Amino acid sequence: MIEAKNIDFYYGDFHALKNISMAMEANTVTAFIGPSGCGKSTFLRLFNRMNDLIDGTRLTGECLVDGQNIYSKSIHVDELRKKIGMVFQKANPFPKSIFENVAYGLRVNNMGDKSFIRQRVEESLAAAALWDEVKDKLKKSAFELSGGQQQRLCIARALAVSPSILLMDEPASALDPISTSKIEELIHSLKKDYTIVIVTHNMQQAARVSDKTGFFMLGDLIEFSDTKKMFLSPEKEQTQNYITGRFG
Amino acid sequence: MKHTERELSALKEEVSQMWRLVISQVEKVKQAYFSGDVEVAREIASREKRVDAFELKIDSDCENYIALFSPVAVDLRLVLSMIKISSTLERIGDFAEGIARHVVENECNKIDSALLEELQMEKIFDTLITMLSDSYVALESENTKLSGKILAKDNEIDELYNKSVDILTSHMRANTDFIACGLKTFLLIRKLERIGDHCSNIVEEIVFYVDAKVLKHGGRENAKR
Ligand SMILES: Nc1ncnc2c1ncn2[C@@H]1O[C@H](COP(=O)(O)OP(=O)(O)O)[C@@H](O)[C@H]1O
Ligand SMILES: [Mg+2]
Repeated sequence: MIEAKNIDFYYGDFHALKNISMAMEANTVTAFIGPSGCGKSTFLRLFNRMNDLIDGTRLTGECLVDGQNIYSKSIHVDELRKKIGMVFQKANPFPKSIFENVAYGLRVNNMGDKSFIRQRVEESLAAAALWDEVKDKLKKSAFELSGGQQQRLCIARALAVSPSILLMDEPASALDPISTSKIEELIHSLKKDYTIVIVTHNMQQAARVSDKTGFFMLGDLIEFSDTKKMFLSPEKEQTQNYITGRFG
Repeated sequence: MKHTERELSALKEEVSQMWRLVISQVEKVKQAYFSGDVEVAREIASREKRVDAFELKIDSDCENYIALFSPVAVDLRLVLSMIKISSTLERIGDFAEGIARHVVENECNKIDSALLEELQMEKIFDTLITMLSDSYVALESENTKLSGKILAKDNEIDELYNKSVDILTSHMRANTDFIACGLKTFLLIRKLERIGDHCSNIVEEIVFYVDAKVLKHGGRENAKR
């Protein structure tokens, strides 16, 4: 379970997240929607401490994962990122073979011997619904795959180190409808083993894949509720205006 | 206004037109019933086709809207409620036509006025017409404040319907020549009572659309509070 408590976040003077609190249950899919620049990615990145890499940022409040504050001194960021995988909008495979892409995290973390790695690679590719398509060309370069396949490869790479949480930032927005629907199916099937948080600017996608949806605007979390409720009868007028396209 | 909004208001306007037609069907059938005017009754039967055509058109417009625009939130609720309201209006139109047929067949139009009084037949018609027009206004103004009142009127009709059973039974018992006509009259009141039920369903749909509440199946009590 992931919990944010009274999160405020600043880029220099810019107040990017304003007093956000929400809880994401284990084995659910939570979607964040909202106009671009509203802070969805910033909020998502907090949970694997990706914002740490940016100079001049400031965070107050608590980010808890399974009850533990991930910003406390005792947390090792590398360990944290094993537990919390991330997938980005643009598939970013390494210039390596398909096999080595998936094996990468296991190797750098010294996780297991050769046969373990081989097994994890297969399992991860299978979980990412890519195994059948690549099992005969594992030694080929990852760049030979299509955009949709590359994205599933990145998901497999994230899964290989056995995380419990998967953060996805617009994972399908650069993909065609068929690849998009494969990713969405994948999200569905992964939810039994992972807690998934996905940022999407595609509202229908949020509606299709998520259990809960958070609507952000200008750094505020305007509404956070069951996806079904959000898309049938949202509480807030701002939410309604946004999801029905009457914005502004 | 965005084009999607224009489509939605056109859809709503179609339902309003259908609704006005159905209200006038019920008003006319009242007139035909009390005057025994067969011409008016025939007119109702012929206008019933227009009610049906409205339903088909609204159905297909709603299907298209959903297919093309994937509405959510208030827009989705509007489209769903338009589908249900138009099919309910169509049912009400059927009942009006059924009553018109009763007038055309002319088998027991002139039941005596004392019995009409006793059955409060005029009140039943008038209450229905009020329910239909009040709920029409509720949708037009997107104001559901009156919904409780409209639903209460349906209870009045149910009561009158229940009383009519006793009244007609005792008349039929007293006068066996009246049995055929009594049964026909009972069926007619039954149709009116059904119109009241349908009208309540419409009110529930309007509340679902406007307030995103579900009044059905027991939810009504919560809404009254
Ligand atoms: N590295 C950064 N430095 C400064 N400002 C940033 C940085 N990243 C994002 N922002 C600003 O923070 C706000 C939220 O951005 P972001 O979280 O990327 O929004 P979203 O993902 O909802 O489109 C935007 O106004 C953006 O300009
Ligand atoms: Mg973003």
